[in-house]
Amino acid sequence: MTVIHDRPSNPAPGDEDRPIGYGRIQRKEDPRFVRGKGHYLDDIVLPGMLHGAILRAPVAHARLVSIDTTNALAHPKVVAVITGKDLLGLKLAWAPTLSADVQAVLVTDKVRFQGQEVAFVVAEDRYAARDALELIEVEYDILPPLVDARKALDPDAPVIRDEIEGRTDNRIFDWEIGDKAETDAVFASADVVVSQEVVYPRVHPAPMETCGAVADFDAVNGKLTLYETTQAPHAHRTLFAIVAGIPEHKIRIVSPDIGGGFGNKVGIYPGYILAVVGSIVSGRPVKWVEDRSENLMSTSFARDYIMQGEIAATKDGKILALRTHVLADHGAFNATAQPTKNPAGFFSIFTGSYDLQAAHCSVTGVYTNKAPGGVAYACSFRVTEAVYLVERMVDVLARKLNMDPAELRLKNFIRPEQFPYANKTGWVYDSGNYAAALRLSMELAGYEDLRREQAEKRERGELMGIGVAFFTEVVGAGPRKHFDIVGLGMADGAELRVHPTGKAVVRISVQSQGQGHETTFAQIVAEELGIPPEDIDVVHGDTDQTPFGLGTYGSRSTPVSGGAVALVARKVREKAKLIAGAMLETRPEDLEWEKGRWFVKGDPGAGKTIAEIAMGAHGTVALPEGVDGNLDAEVTYDPPNLTFPFGAYICVVDVDPGTGQVKVRRFIAVDDCGTRINPMIIEGQVHGGLTDGVGMALMEIIEFDEAGNCLAGSFMDYLIPTAMEVPDWETGFTVTPSPHHPIGAKGIGESATVGSPPAIVNAVVDALAPLGVTHMDMPCTPARVWAAMQGRARPPI
Amino acid sequence: MQISMTVNGSEFTSEIEPRVLLVHYIREVLGLTGTHWGCDTSNCGTCVVLMDGQPVKSCTVLAAMAAGHDIRTVEGLATGGTLDPVQQGFMEEHGLQCGFCTPGMMLTARALLDKNPHPDDAEIRQAISGQICRCTGYATIVRSVQWAAAHPAGTGWDGADTAVPDVAPETADTDAEVKA
Repeated sequence: MTVIHDRPSNPAPGDEDRPIGYGRIQRKEDPRFVRGKGHYLDDIVLPGMLHGAILRAPVAHARLVSIDTTNALAHPKVVAVITGKDLLGLKLAWAPTLSADVQAVLVTDKVRFQGQEVAFVVAEDRYAARDALELIEVEYDILPPLVDARKALDPDAPVIRDEIEGRTDNRIFDWEIGDKAETDAVFASADVVVSQEVVYPRVHPAPMETCGAVADFDAVNGKLTLYETTQAPHAHRTLFAIVAGIPEHKIRIVSPDIGGGFGNKVGIYPGYILAVVGSIVSGRPVKWVEDRSENLMSTSFARDYIMQGEIAATKDGKILALRTHVLADHGAFNATAQPTKNPAGFFSIFTGSYDLQAAHCSVTGVYTNKAPGGVAYACSFRVTEAVYLVERMVDVLARKLNMDPAELRLKNFIRPEQFPYANKTGWVYDSGNYAAALRLSMELAGYEDLRREQAEKRERGELMGIGVAFFTEVVGAGPRKHFDIVGLGMADGAELRVHPTGKAVVRISVQSQGQGHETTFAQIVAEELGIPPEDIDVVHGDTDQTPFGLGTYGSRSTPVSGGAVALVARKVREKAKLIAGAMLETRPEDLEWEKGRWFVKGDPGAGKTIAEIAMGAHGTVALPEGVDGNLDAEVTYDPPNLTFPFGAYICVVDVDPGTGQVKVRRFIAVDDCGTRINPMIIEGQVHGGLTDGVGMALMEIIEFDEAGNCLAGSFMDYLIPTAMEVPDWETGFTVTPSPHHPIGAKGIGESATVGSPPAIVNAVVDALAPLGVTHMDMPCTPARVWAAMQGRARPPI
Repeated sequence: MQISMTVNGSEFTSEIEPRVLLVHYIREVLGLTGTHWGCDTSNCGTCVVLMDGQPVKSCTVLAAMAAGHDIRTVEGLATGGTLDPVQQGFMEEHGLQCGFCTPGMMLTARALLDKNPHPDDAEIRQAISGQICRCTGYATIVRSVQWAAAHPAGTGWDGADTAVPDVAPETADTDAEVKA
């Protein structure tokens, strides 16, 4: 491992960076990846393995009349064809979702979205499995589809979930938080009220590696080994025990190297269950790997929130209150991945970074004839939507008051001395110094110069926009008394063993998909125990080998599992102190710690290193009373609160007045995630998230036509930024540690995805302001920007 | 049908169906799983390999069309246990995260540097514009390629003695660290 000592990550004024555990070190994952020796799902080959493929519905809403599998079964390489009828017999036709709804594994009664799973072929190779799909004949009786969420609650809307007894409409839930009467009263007496419909369109996380599974059911021992692209292997094990009826100790979930997750790989998809059924039926391992079109059309989408935002303020720009109603399109099944008590995720953080007198929001979730999902794509449980709404609304207010958007934000920030800050919807923000971050961002951007340049360009008719966004994230779910996923409390375990020669293995419950956990978790242990990171292996992703925990999503790894790892290392350190006392024949309370070593107070020469203590613990040293030998420990960490990282983003765009094409010229991102473990990895996380933001703000959308056809079912139409569409990112940071976290660290992974879309859209709207544009919805494609320039801005479908 | 081709310097002869895509031939017949498959419309470039030194998307080439040609995959980038400067550059500059796009990106970078040893950032971005990365936001990939351009093999940098001290033991000489 290369330790880079003299390369500052983000040289910034007032640098208070104190990265821990050797700081900016190279990743332990890289050597295998750069050699093509990663081990991803589709690289797995087991003896006798078969291949599965899914027949998918060509229409969005239709009664299933009949399926004829005769010709497919006659294919010489086909081993089995499974239909919904077969699954009904096994009680597996429907599976519980993460939102207490059910989802069809294979269609039994009717199709509810285009691309839905209809039948499963198991064959000797992947080409034959695809061939056989063509040989299945299905008859459908087409029904009118419901595509527009705004019409979902109309009396004449087709009822999508008519299989649920007594259901006569498409309403999934109504949820609200905040004091409505108090909020309404503030609005009634405010000088200024602005309102704006703000749509966050349906997008898709689209990890480069699609979803897949290899199921290997051992009938003799009754044991299921399931290799899966999963971000939450332990939760999957429990859910599979419940769904498939296999005892949990007979299920081993293995999550190998994952080619990106971005929230796409949290839930259980029908394909995973079908691979298991295929393996049970055939008695052989079965691999199922979806293609890109299947991934885009049937796995978890993100966003799809239609938000009515309102903001009340005084005429000199003091923001008083926020209120909003959201119409949430959840698709045909409510499979949203989020804590049980939060049907709209953490949307209630929509009060943002501002000190308000009142706030209220309500969310109505509805079914439509579309794929399920909602929470994905680095959203931190709907924080993307919340931040987009408030940051767009603050800009709408700034325009109305003719105030500079940065100045308006500075005027309304929660001040450092107000933390911990209880907002009006039940969150207690842990720490923050917002003005410092925004001022740094403005300084890095040369904000005043940019505004002058813009004024000059406007004189010449050029369209230059400067977008400001400031966000407060909420990540690290969470305290188990408040947060659970299908009843599983959101704590995380960690187990640490120091081997006799002083090398260590730490086993964690979360699952990297590229975030560098194998490196950074070793750094946390290195910081706490003084063992170099290269002498520490991080084990994750195998439920037989790792302690229970809820997995990686919602930027929760550092806040929860990172806390667990720091605490387990401290537990080992304390145990080492007792053993060192025995070895040095002194009382433990007479020992002092310096990194990597316990020594006798006042006698620095008399000490034992962690490696010496480990050898003693495993050797013949007479151990003190109550010490059971070996140098190891385990903990489960139930965090006292979430962490609230924040950031100040400034985006500069140029809009081509002739075509409406938006070019992101500069993007300045200042993030504060408290204590920084590895600045290099943080920077990479931020760069990736900013690119998501450019994608969502300018290019990405999943639309449907009136017949319910998905119009973005491949990379031909679902556009993702390449190296040509993004600038060279400019990053900076401040450090405001989380007071309740064992090492002061907050999550960071999703911050840039959360914070960048409003900065970009605010910049586009700012560029178009001379043309009278006050709002436009994403994506700001040339055609949509052009329409806005002509006064015809419209919401996406 | 029977086909023969050179892959990473070795000759392979196989009996295959004419419709088999080169990406599947490389991955499933030869077992070289460093080459990935990320889309079905030839957009993502995770399957890029070099065919006679030129980057091609192996999902859009039939194995039969590659017969008689010289193919180089990520497994053939390192020579004699020494990493290609491009591989070292991606590690130095954090040009990868999940690692899924990495093999294709590195092969395109290798082809670019072979043709243009000192590309500017715009030329690098242009060269990799047929390839999607979801993790890095590209800036560190550009820096990685620049690192490789600044440390060409055979000009003082021999893969073991880098400009940055302390090469990891695991980067030095072994291919054995496949995760279980």
